[in-house]
Amino acid sequence: MMHEPQTLAPATETKMTARDVKVFYGDKQAIKGVSIDVDMDNVTAFIGPSGCGKSTFLRTLNRMNDTVASARVEGAITLDGEDIYAPSMDVVQLRARVGMVFQKPNPFPKSIYENIAYGPRIHGLAAGKADLDVIVEKSLRRAGLWDEVKDRLHDSGTALSGGQQQRLCIGRAIAVEPEVILMDEPCSALDPIATAKIEELIHELRGRYAIVIVTHNMQQAARVSQRTAFFHLGELVEYGVTSDIFTNPRQERTKDYITGRYG
Amino acid sequence: MTGPAIFLLLAGLGAIAWVSARARALRLQTVARTSGRRDAVHSLPGYHGWYVALWTLIPAAIFLAIWANVSPGLITQTVLSDPAAQSLPADAFSRSAILGEARNIASGAQAAAFNPAAQALVEPYRSAISEYGVIGAVLALVLAFAGGAYAFTRVRPDFRARTRVERLVMASLLIASLLAIVTTLGIVVSLLWESIRFFSMVNPVDFLFGTKWSPQSAALGYGNKDAFGAVPLFWGTIFIGAIIAMVVAIPLGLMSAIYLTQYARPQVRKWMKPILEVLAGVPTVVYGYFAALTIAPALRDFAVSVGIHGASSESALAAGLVMGVMIIPFVSSMADDSIAAVPQSMRDGSLAMGATTSETIRKVLIPAALPGVVGGVLLAVSRAIGETMIVVMAAGLAANLTLNPFSSVTTVTTQIVQLLTGDQEFDSAKTLAAFALGLVLFIVTLLLNIVALRVVKKYREAYE
Repeated sequence: MMHEPQTLAPATETKMTARDVKVFYGDKQAIKGVSIDVDMDNVTAFIGPSGCGKSTFLRTLNRMNDTVASARVEGAITLDGEDIYAPSMDVVQLRARVGMVFQKPNPFPKSIYENIAYGPRIHGLAAGKADLDVIVEKSLRRAGLWDEVKDRLHDSGTALSGGQQQRLCIGRAIAVEPEVILMDEPCSALDPIATAKIEELIHELRGRYAIVIVTHNMQQAARVSQRTAFFHLGELVEYGVTSDIFTNPRQERTKDYITGRYG
Repeated sequence: MTGPAIFLLLAGLGAIAWVSARARALRLQTVARTSGRRDAVHSLPGYHGWYVALWTLIPAAIFLAIWANVSPGLITQTVLSDPAAQSLPADAFSRSAILGEARNIASGAQAAAFNPAAQALVEPYRSAISEYGVIGAVLALVLAFAGGAYAFTRVRPDFRARTRVERLVMASLLIASLLAIVTTLGIVVSLLWESIRFFSMVNPVDFLFGTKWSPQSAALGYGNKDAFGAVPLFWGTIFIGAIIAMVVAIPLGLMSAIYLTQYARPQVRKWMKPILEVLAGVPTVVYGYFAALTIAPALRDFAVSVGIHGASSESALAAGLVMGVMIIPFVSSMADDSIAAVPQSMRDGSLAMGATTSETIRKVLIPAALPGVVGGVLLAVSRAIGETMIVVMAAGLAANLTLNPFSSVTTVTTQIVQLLTGDQEFDSAKTLAAFALGLVLFIVTLLLNIVALRVVKKYREAYE
């Protein structure tokens, strides 16, 4: 397994910012005023105990909470300085720029090829069949899946193993050339070997896309991220360089969590 | 002794058996408990009561059921050996007519004799009936006593009465469920039997592939060769049930299912879904006169006004449209189930790619739900082609082989009704044709149901 040094790149370009974001489900407040910056060259990990709001917050970044009827978002979230909750923002455009990978691999019940081609087709990114073939190959290569599936592109995507399915989903997200990729516990349904492959993939994708990963596994956060945000009870308790969070936390609650006092 | 009296007597015996066996078990068990061994007592006293009561009732009831079938023959035998029966005519038909009349008078179903010969036999009949009635009752009571006494002697503290009673409960439940299956088998056998008789008169090839249907001409003696070609009926059935009705029901049912599962707010869904399901509960005869009295004339007027030839006041289109409306709830509820069964993660995955709701529905939900939808449609087709009332009232009787939806066509079910209503002899090809049609219909709907259930089941497994 690879362990490259977790060096923090100088924050070149801030991709997304959140300022005092509050999320309500009906009367219940799930997120209590979170402010955070996500930059292009570092992987950001959200950690925290179950129900701390880390996934909820992640889903505000591409407005997936819109699909929950009772959810309401306050505060400001910007992508390249543009408010993503502004009426002028088109959700379809936003989600093409901010892709998402889910907890459980969810390939569509179509062929591997069709799974990757899905996004380019709905966004009209390919001029023709040849163009689409190129996009599919490039996306599968980036997702580290090409060599395993190149001879069976027209087999069903659901017939792949769990780890392959998850890489297919990452490839599907990459295919529309997003700027940000949100990963919601992408390895929680996978075995250790498949997990290692996904983590390796995250390293390779770093720098090309801004990556935000939610994980309940602290070792994973330490392995893949350069910045870590610790959430607890809907609050952002501490946000900083990953190595600092794990070796020298400033907050008592962070320290208790990473030393296994609760969670 | 009359029937009700015997039943009351048996019920009384059963009650006595229950009470006394329970009391005996209670008494014996109280004594046995003092021994201190846990296994000295097995069943609750109530189970002993039931055990003895059932032994009292069931053998006697079985005997009475057999006796009710055997005794009429014995009674007739006795009557025939009476001197008054010597004067009966030798001809079997008039003989049994007289005997039947005498029996009716004797049992009180008929007031006076039409044939004087019957009057003479009334008295022998009456005495034979009461004689065998008494014999039957006595035998039943003896059986009840014997059964009860046998069971009563087995009441001991450690006797496993509960196990026996539970076994009987299971057996009776099994019989209840077998009854439906046996009935279905019986129907199939009778259909097969009559169909075989029909096919001995009419060549199956002529029946299945002939294009001319006029059973009336066969009844008038013009021969069977060209009278029973059922293709126009098959076509009419498919035209109405599988084509016109489905053209209405599939899109509307599917769209309403999509609206209800994907777009409707919970409050809207809460009242809209039950209303849609009420459609399925409207009696088909109501749909039938709606089709015949409202839709069909309007369609004919429309067809005439735009100059379509062959427009009839009974039309395939009228029956098909109304049948389609009737089928909507079936398609909609099956489609609803299969769309709802597509995991939420599929929907999220598609929406997160930037797909709109309608793109998600078209490209992900419908393809994923397709097998379930197809299963639902096949079930709907099988329901539609077996439907009778609407087509009887609105489709007409003319066996036309036509593509014109405004003209009158007829269906398999309509013709079955036609062939079996009115005065018919049950050995003519015309009447037996109804059974052959029924058999074809049965086989087709059975196959459709099997395929549909397979498809639906296979699909269910895909996400579990």
